[in-house]
Amino acid sequence: MTLMDHDLGTPAPKPSSRNGEQTAVEVTIDGVKISVAEGTSVMRAAALAGVDVPKLCATDSLDPFGSCRLCLVEIDGRKGTPASCTTPCSPGMTVSTQTPKLERLRRGVMELYISDHPLDCLTCAANGDCELQDMSGAVGLRDVRYGYDGDNHLSLGKDTSNPYFTFDSSKCIVCNRCVRACEEIQGTFALTIEGRGFGSRVAAGFNGNFFDSPCVSCGACVQACPTATLTENTVIELGQPRRTVLTTCA
Amino acid sequence: MTTNASLPELEAIVRQFAGVEGGMLPALHAVQHHARYISKDLIPVFADVFNVTVSEVHGVITFYKDFRTDEPAGPIVQVCRAEACQSRGGRDVWDRALLAGDGKKVVVEEVFCLGHCALGPAASVDGRLIGGVNETSIETIIGDAIAKRIPEASINTTGEGVTVYVPRDAASRAAGADDVAAAFAKQKGVRVVRNGSWGMMWLEPMIEVVTKEGRIAYGPVLVDDVASLLGADVLNGGAHPLRLGLTTELPWIKRQQRVTYQRVGVVDPRSAQDYEANGGVKGLKRALAMTPSDVVTEVTDSGLRGRGGAAFPTGIKWRTVLEAPGTTKYIVCNADEGDSGTFADRMLMEGDPFMLLEGMTIAGWAVGANTGYIYVRSEYPEAIEALNKAVDAATEQGWLGDNVLGSGFAFTIHVRVGAGAYICGEETALIESLEGKRGVVRAKPPIPAHVGLFGKPTVVNNVLSLGTIPAILADGAAAYAALGMGRSRGTQVFQLAGNIARGGIMETAFGITLGELVNDLGGATESGRPIRAVQVGGPLGAYLPTDKFDLPMDYESFAAAEAMVGHGGIVVFDDTVNMAAQARFAMEFCAVESCGKCTPCRIGSTRGVELIDKITAGINRDANIEVLVDLCEVMADGSLCAMGGLTPLPVRSALKNFTEDFQG
Repeated sequence: MTLMDHDLGTPAPKPSSRNGEQTAVEVTIDGVKISVAEGTSVMRAAALAGVDVPKLCATDSLDPFGSCRLCLVEIDGRKGTPASCTTPCSPGMTVSTQTPKLERLRRGVMELYISDHPLDCLTCAANGDCELQDMSGAVGLRDVRYGYDGDNHLSLGKDTSNPYFTFDSSKCIVCNRCVRACEEIQGTFALTIEGRGFGSRVAAGFNGNFFDSPCVSCGACVQACPTATLTENTVIELGQPRRTVLTTCA
Repeated sequence: MTTNASLPELEAIVRQFAGVEGGMLPALHAVQHHARYISKDLIPVFADVFNVTVSEVHGVITFYKDFRTDEPAGPIVQVCRAEACQSRGGRDVWDRALLAGDGKKVVVEEVFCLGHCALGPAASVDGRLIGGVNETSIETIIGDAIAKRIPEASINTTGEGVTVYVPRDAASRAAGADDVAAAFAKQKGVRVVRNGSWGMMWLEPMIEVVTKEGRIAYGPVLVDDVASLLGADVLNGGAHPLRLGLTTELPWIKRQQRVTYQRVGVVDPRSAQDYEANGGVKGLKRALAMTPSDVVTEVTDSGLRGRGGAAFPTGIKWRTVLEAPGTTKYIVCNADEGDSGTFADRMLMEGDPFMLLEGMTIAGWAVGANTGYIYVRSEYPEAIEALNKAVDAATEQGWLGDNVLGSGFAFTIHVRVGAGAYICGEETALIESLEGKRGVVRAKPPIPAHVGLFGKPTVVNNVLSLGTIPAILADGAAAYAALGMGRSRGTQVFQLAGNIARGGIMETAFGITLGELVNDLGGATESGRPIRAVQVGGPLGAYLPTDKFDLPMDYESFAAAEAMVGHGGIVVFDDTVNMAAQARFAMEFCAVESCGKCTPCRIGSTRGVELIDKITAGINRDANIEVLVDLCEVMADGSLCAMGGLTPLPVRSALKNFTEDFQG
């Protein structure tokens, strides 16, 4: 394995129950024709065609969720700007992933994210390994016109109750990747979102910390987190890994 | 309700819901009803009973405004902060309520719509609705609540003799109908029947006396008027200043084309016999004699479109579910009528609940579903009671159950109660909530018609859509399709609300103009001041100036004018309204009610409030207006569902039509 896999955004479609075979669907994405299995998301098809659509809540180890709204695309003959992660390819579809409208929308979404996020990138444990940072760059965010004096979550404290990782809610973008990883990968259901709307926060159990929750410290949530919200304590203490080795249990 | 319930007692209540599909919310309600709050000590019990983790239970409880995990300080006083009440001074009432309740043994909380939008500002005490509240009376209401001076309970149909109809509609009761009913019930030779309201809210409580000529209406009748009415020989239809004449001859009623509302006001909503005697069950009988596919075709041919607001053709939705593979399918009625300025669902459920049940049963037959759920908001306690009573009565009649009308078709209906979340009116959030989860919006596809409730093909229809089905089946698609204009076929139950002289229900064919509704029928403002704006289609609808009064009520005409008909609610504001404040409220409402899933809605609504505050304070006004315009685009085109997607509609319309209000 390598440190950075090419994340295709959504998992491969499940084989159809009819006979296990998959029908191929041909689509055109930013002028590139590609044939994919029926049920493949537009996002995955684009990634396979070499076009990475900006994304934050999507990752190919989890079912698509459609919450971050960065991966919006335009599709010929369809109104609006559907999310590419939750839109399946249909035959003959022509997709644009880069248009002036999409650029505006993505920058607008990132502007909202960063208006409620600490600006401590240089001293952040995820510096250089942060999808929020990457996407800020990818969409060309240059200014947060809302300023930084609005309502925010920057003063939320850290949960250090787990011996292996730290949960810093102030950096959370509520993409639900940790919650979904806990459900879909580990099957533990230890995480949830508490509250709603702007007040939505990731929570473990109902006593306010990871240690007293049903969490089994498997690390799936840490692996899934696109920011520094869930970070391994060794990374906080030592820095990010720079190479991989095969161990006896790998 | 007690506050000293023991944990084992409460645990036993939770365990009664073991095995109930999606039983989490009903169980939470049951515990809270018993103990006034849900102790955190019970979270592991809920987790055990519903086979989920404590984390998930915590997530559910914290999503819904209704559920509290601490003992409340006293009775719950809810004060409506939504637009229709704002237009009649609701903002001041709310401010005063907060002061009056501060530090006292009472819980004063905001609510967004109690369905009393023609006679606001509205409040409620432990679920009991009160209308026409002002800054002074709210203090008395809160004082009385603390002192436990609970208003008298309703009385049911009673007595023998001359029939006097006194509505039991929540709005009529809030206007004093119970006392009037009790006063008549004391008279010998009087039979008091509690009917639904005819929907002329400015005449409530409107009573009717059955005479040889027909039903003679009197209104508004307060308890103090009863003696003089009896003195004027009211039981024989005698002359009196409050006498209005034959109900059916009243101009407001004559102007209407009542299809969905054909029995509302006419019948005793608790009486199955009354329902059948007035044309009920005919549609179901005809449907059961047809093939399911033919029933769907009939609905398609009627041109009926979803009355919840999205206006999707009902027949096409049904066809999709009919053709979806699988043997388990569901009918879900969306009765989460959260839009301010709308109360047509509530009044139908209270005034003619059997029609809704019949419509759902026909839908079940048409698509092959044997189970229906009605998801009704907790702010409508009277509607919940009416539905539960109607389900029991319909089951007794054989209209529901294992063998509907002896046809062999089985259909069961469950009434489920929301818990204070506007977003659960969005169909996928509603489905999540019915499943006992947080009411978070699902991404589409898959659509509910393919993968809906418990993962099965599901019809989700509004109360008015399903309530119209029996009439379409009884009288045929052609009769319904003959009404209306353009692609908007049939009738809409328009609701005139807010600062309006004559508010209430006006069911008529599409095509009537906004001005006719507001000026000719509604009589313009209640305050007597000029109209400045009307908001059509609920809190996500546009604010229109009076120069748009020529617009016909039609889905396409409104869409072309960057507005929407929505659920048919119309809220009138006079010239004292500040439209920047209304735009701010639209963003605030979105911030309060957003499910929190998608970024544009979750963060954007809060930023929207802040931006409008800066704009009205004169801070970098032009630059911030530009940011607001950009934010509206991100929310409109970027949001996952219509909540974030349509919030820009009122904001943009205020900005465009009433620019001067943003100039400080």
